[in-house]
Amino acid sequence: MAAITLIEAVTAALAHELEHDKEVILFGEDVGKNGGVFRATDGLQATYGEERVIDTPLAESMIAGLAVGMAAQGMKPVAEMQFMGFIFPAMEHIVTQVARMRNRTRGRLTMPMVIRAPYGGGIHAPEHHSESTEALFAHIPGLKVVIPSNPSRAYGLMLAAIRDPDPVIFLEPKRVYRIVKHEVEDNGEEYPLEACFVDREGKDITLISWGAMMHETLIAAEKLAAEGIDAEVIDVATVSPIDMETILESVRKTGRVCVVQEAPKSGSIGSEIAAEIAEHAVMSLLAPIGRVSGYDTVMPYYKLEKQYMPTVDRILDEAKRIMEYK
Amino acid sequence: MTTTTVASFEIKHHQYLDADGKPTQELPAFAKDMDKMRSLYRDMALLRAFDAKTYALQRTGKMGTYPASLGQEAIGIGYGDCLTADDVIVPYYRSTGGLLKHGVTMKEILQYWGGDEGGSDYSVAKEDFPICVPIGNQIVHASGVAKAIQIRKQKRAVVTEIGEGGTSEGDFYEGINVAGVWNLGVVFMVNNNQWAISVPSEIQTACETYAQKAIAAGIEGIQVDGNDIIAVRQVAEYAIEKARNGGGPTVIESVTYRLCDHTTADDASRYDNKDVKDEAWKNEPMVRLRKYLEANKAWSDKDEEAMNAENAKKVEAAVEEYMAIPKPGPELMFDHLFEELPEMTKPQREEAIRRAGGNK
Repeated sequence: MAAITLIEAVTAALAHELEHDKEVILFGEDVGKNGGVFRATDGLQATYGEERVIDTPLAESMIAGLAVGMAAQGMKPVAEMQFMGFIFPAMEHIVTQVARMRNRTRGRLTMPMVIRAPYGGGIHAPEHHSESTEALFAHIPGLKVVIPSNPSRAYGLMLAAIRDPDPVIFLEPKRVYRIVKHEVEDNGEEYPLEACFVDREGKDITLISWGAMMHETLIAAEKLAAEGIDAEVIDVATVSPIDMETILESVRKTGRVCVVQEAPKSGSIGSEIAAEIAEHAVMSLLAPIGRVSGYDTVMPYYKLEKQYMPTVDRILDEAKRIMEYK
Repeated sequence: MTTTTVASFEIKHHQYLDADGKPTQELPAFAKDMDKMRSLYRDMALLRAFDAKTYALQRTGKMGTYPASLGQEAIGIGYGDCLTADDVIVPYYRSTGGLLKHGVTMKEILQYWGGDEGGSDYSVAKEDFPICVPIGNQIVHASGVAKAIQIRKQKRAVVTEIGEGGTSEGDFYEGINVAGVWNLGVVFMVNNNQWAISVPSEIQTACETYAQKAIAAGIEGIQVDGNDIIAVRQVAEYAIEKARNGGGPTVIESVTYRLCDHTTADDASRYDNKDVKDEAWKNEPMVRLRKYLEANKAWSDKDEEAMNAENAKKVEAAVEEYMAIPKPGPELMFDHLFEELPEMTKPQREEAIRRAGGNK
């Protein structure tokens, strides 16, 4: 067992599935010899060959469309979008074909594919490289949207995503690609999709997050503990469809909840979680639901990105405000 | 420093029968087989009869919007005749001819355009795609299918179809480009019927031909007289054989004319030119094939009558089957969304069923 980073865990999961399932095919821009611009596919072409780890022409709509054709033939394409900011040409295929093919053929043609994309801010990247638009995908029926927050989850969830019989948008929080290492055993054991993970148990307030923001959220929970506030922390992981049972169970216990997300506030995953809690657990609430999120602004270029992104302090302020309700 | 020509190109146009059904060059062997030619004529006539019936069904509220193939029957019947069960069609909305030839039933096509996704659950051509509604997506899908076939080292061709307007979409270029780079076994059929709903071909492109768009992808582009089924079939057969045998992709532009509205929801009299259309009627594919058959003493008025009666019977039988399909239940909205419906969505399924049952 070795301690590996989140991106190394992605690579390990991809390698595991290439090794054990001959229908798995990786493709995208620069994924071959270069191993991807973040090195997610590093060494995979050398091991598995150019027929299974394929550099494509530079066209994102085509990448998604090729995945549709290959999946319809029963292959398991894993397509890389170099950055989520470049996924929009592929949106037509994702929305009109990938998400719908099973339904529009009544199950005759299915789309067992993964579309991977690094996303999120905080790495001083060029414009269009830092947005968090997961809600766009979560809004589309027929897609699963999965976001790992740490190395072991990246490994287990990637395995599950590739093995899933339906299309998964797998968004990788690139800010945390390399900031922590986990001991991850390359044993082929997947984690469940459509399941939240309770990363810290607590009785006073439920903090809910996913992706890179899990790190700030867990730090905030420790600081709250030092002040005598016992926070439960939930990693949503699959942001669509959401495992609301785990969230509701926690909220019924604590009566207080704060959602933490990097994405803009309006029409977001945080909005959906807040609405579900309001629908199903409002009588358990002791305080209004809080949301700490990015602003409803264009994601700024890097000079201002620190001002945009939620911080530990913002989480602490909101959690304490929620705790003030008696 | 010198200036040289580094590449140059030409586009060939193929025609075997002129508008009067007279050969314009030595005919391929299949065209001299009168049984084959009669059977192609019958297929085209059946498609025309089917289209006419769907219009009637739409006008009487028994079906939704439908795009007919009037005047363009030689294309789908032509390439469809060259396919085997192992080949794959990735169709668009005006691919009825090709799909019928590949075993998709008239009942299924009626069911689809009658508003029921169940019509795309083909009973025979199980790997063919459902028709593509967003313009151009099918071009890239066809390349994806062909990539899977190539990886598996199978000898199967993929045929996809698009209107000339659709070639303005980025997906058209992206799909043919990757097919060229990877030498994929796809035949890209461009139905140049002169109209993208109301937008005429001259507003669509500055290219002299649509076939030449293939040149920018480094693949072969051929133009055929799309009203001459011998030309369509001959060139499609060449391209399909080539696709099956590792020879790579081909773009085939079939020049024809849309004699019908874009769909039942369109009124072409708002924008088309009556004189041009009258002229186009003289060029349409069935008249010329009938003249050719008659000149070879392979067709008579009696044959025509018998065929029309037989086709009407086939279409009626399909309509009866279609009308007998029970209305889909609301659970179908949910049951093919994923292999397993998410927990979150289950209460919605129950509600839809409960409310459809009249228990409000």
